[in-house]
Amino acid sequence: MWELVRTVAGQGPVPWYYGAAAALLSAGVLLGFASAFAGLASFVERRIAARMMSRVGPNRVGPQGLFQFMADGIKLITKEDLFPEGHDPILFRIAPYFVFAGMLGTFVALPFSARLIAADLNVGVLYVVAITSLVVVGIILGGWSSNSKWALFGGLRSAAQIVSYEIPVGMAILCVVLLTGGLSTQSIIAAQGGMPWNWFACHSPFAAMAFVVYLIAALAEGNRTPFDLPEAESELVAGYCTEYSGFRFVVFFFAEWANLWIMSAIATVCFLGGWRIPLVSVAETYAHGYWVALGCLVFAGKTLALVFVVIQVRWTLPRLRLDQMMAVCWKYLIPIAFVAVLGTMTWMVLLPWDSALGKALRGVVFLATLGLLGHLARRTVATYRADAAHYSRMAGQSLWYAPWRLP
Amino acid sequence: MPAELKDLAQLREMALPIAGETMVNMGPQHPSTHGVLNFLLVTDGEVMHRAIPHVGYLHRGMEKLAEEVPYHGYMPFTDRLDYLAAMSANQGYAMAVEKLLGCGVPPRAEWLRLIACELNRIASHLVATGTMAMDLGAFTPFIHWLREREVINDLTEALCGSRLTYHYLRIGGVGYDLPAGFADRTLRWLDHFEPMIDEFDRLISHNEIFVARLANVSPIGAAMAIDYGLVGPNLRASGVDWDLRRDLAYSVYPECQFEVPLGRGYRGVVGDCYDRFVVRVLEIRESCRLLRQAFERLPEGEIQAKVGRKLKLPAGEAYARVEAPRGEMGFYLVSDGGESPYRLKVRTGSFSAMSIIEALSHGLMIADLVALIGSLDVIAPEVDR
Repeated sequence: MWELVRTVAGQGPVPWYYGAAAALLSAGVLLGFASAFAGLASFVERRIAARMMSRVGPNRVGPQGLFQFMADGIKLITKEDLFPEGHDPILFRIAPYFVFAGMLGTFVALPFSARLIAADLNVGVLYVVAITSLVVVGIILGGWSSNSKWALFGGLRSAAQIVSYEIPVGMAILCVVLLTGGLSTQSIIAAQGGMPWNWFACHSPFAAMAFVVYLIAALAEGNRTPFDLPEAESELVAGYCTEYSGFRFVVFFFAEWANLWIMSAIATVCFLGGWRIPLVSVAETYAHGYWVALGCLVFAGKTLALVFVVIQVRWTLPRLRLDQMMAVCWKYLIPIAFVAVLGTMTWMVLLPWDSALGKALRGVVFLATLGLLGHLARRTVATYRADAAHYSRMAGQSLWYAPWRLP
Repeated sequence: MPAELKDLAQLREMALPIAGETMVNMGPQHPSTHGVLNFLLVTDGEVMHRAIPHVGYLHRGMEKLAEEVPYHGYMPFTDRLDYLAAMSANQGYAMAVEKLLGCGVPPRAEWLRLIACELNRIASHLVATGTMAMDLGAFTPFIHWLREREVINDLTEALCGSRLTYHYLRIGGVGYDLPAGFADRTLRWLDHFEPMIDEFDRLISHNEIFVARLANVSPIGAAMAIDYGLVGPNLRASGVDWDLRRDLAYSVYPECQFEVPLGRGYRGVVGDCYDRFVVRVLEIRESCRLLRQAFERLPEGEIQAKVGRKLKLPAGEAYARVEAPRGEMGFYLVSDGGESPYRLKVRTGSFSAMSIIEALSHGLMIADLVALIGSLDVIAPEVDR
């Protein structure tokens, strides 16, 4: 965005209104993107969940139910705004906006491609980690000000959870920062290569560990299953947003689904090579518009793949208990993250990025990952075949139907 | 001290929180209090000091109603005792009346009763194990089980026209014979369903998070289970080898081969929540075995013994009990020679299961209480009647 301002204003000092206009423009674009993504993600999540559960899912509003999220949004916005008895008037109203600001503020430092970033801050990932903490303030306020014990339990669970899990997230990102030597998101991506074995996730077994730690901890920070304790439906009714209705409720859920993109995009930036296109150098990508566009597609593809994984995890796993959730963090993730940081540092000293041995070992880590994924895929296909055979014997029809078709 | 019935306000006073404690009201509109149950929780943060069950939200006076309606007319009411396992309640009541009446049941009707009850037992255990997974946050296994239960509902609809409250069993027999192709349809579904149990195990039973949530949580020892009068799968999960189908040998169960699964501390100690879950999954498999045997050996013949349209039972009393999916269900029937019972008392498994929750609740977390209620498979209409 700063680049754009420079182009318009030319050399020399930039008038303040150029900066203000740029800020407003990027805020509008990012808000639009976040809303569109959150809405579509809610639809996609429901359809994926429905398919996993052999249900139909939303399919009435628009083609294949695509506009269901708009109908839901309109329904919720036109609903009566209820206030529970004895609520704290100011905190109850302000709580959703903390969640909203924390979520939307993260987008500022998240790149979409080369040159496509609102502000390439030189403290990029630090800023991202810091501003996501605003979300927990909103959740605690929402839980406290509702004057409901269930909401309070949800708020306090979330405080314990998010504050604890910020440590492994920070440690995992620290590995990447060490490898890059900088905090800016664009410089992290530029330090990686286009090919999978040049991604930071494959840099060393320790970086791979950091990637896994990040994924698990990000699930917890985003309140996703198996760490959805703050809004555990079967225990706390709806957790911190039990007493919310109407637009305020929309804001909470909007933040939850936009957070899907945020956690996956950070993982893509830090570990999966961001928008790097195979065999195209960073300078070339910056130079040509078509490479920027392709980089955008690459970035979105990687991020959406991770979003898909996160959604599948949500509809597969049960939920942890509070003490188990804390044990996972403090007894497992944090020690593993420390090992990952120390291991990455040692690896960097012993095996420089461009040394032949370093390259060979990156290839080995990549092949090992590929083998693991292949094994999982084979198992999945084998169980699917077995179940499909039983199903077709009973029902006389095939279990398979194309993903875009209704059953 | 004489036993007295306490209302909600008195219960609240009993459980007044002291410093550092909170009192939370759980239910009757809470997602995981299957039906309408109410608990008063005295907690210190997430850790519970006491959970006081408060029942009665679904009380319909079923036992009193029996004194007003004729013997035949009460059968549909027994459907509503436990809406997930109406066949067993039908059978318990029918057996009590038949005992007092002294009439037999034709062999084909006995086998049809077995088929109906075992299909119903599978359906009931599907809901029990499925909601248990749902209470712990896993939705998919629950919906998968509902999908299979849908087939059972279709089958019972073909059998007797109803999907939930069947009124299939009659005094002295059953209402309808098998429709054409019923055996074939059921066996084809069993061929599909038995591997689906394996899939369920892969999806949830052996899931490490699921096991960690249930294993070693609120174990009930054999002595405690007997003291509190637990019955059915809850009792067997505590290691007590007691199944009315085998030990009381009613109906045609003695002619069938089946095992009685017991809790063995599969992943923790004997009688914990995970054992109660596993026992139910194993019972589903045994019911499948029973169904296959029943279709092999189903004799031809009458399905209804001769009983009058207007029943007048001789004065006297009879007690009949059956192994319902939620454990022993007993019907104590007293007749004064009139056209309707003088008194009918129903003994159900969920009621005694509710009473053990308070004793187990000390020191549990709120999330564990949800698992405990789910594992005891408490169902509100059976508690309150």
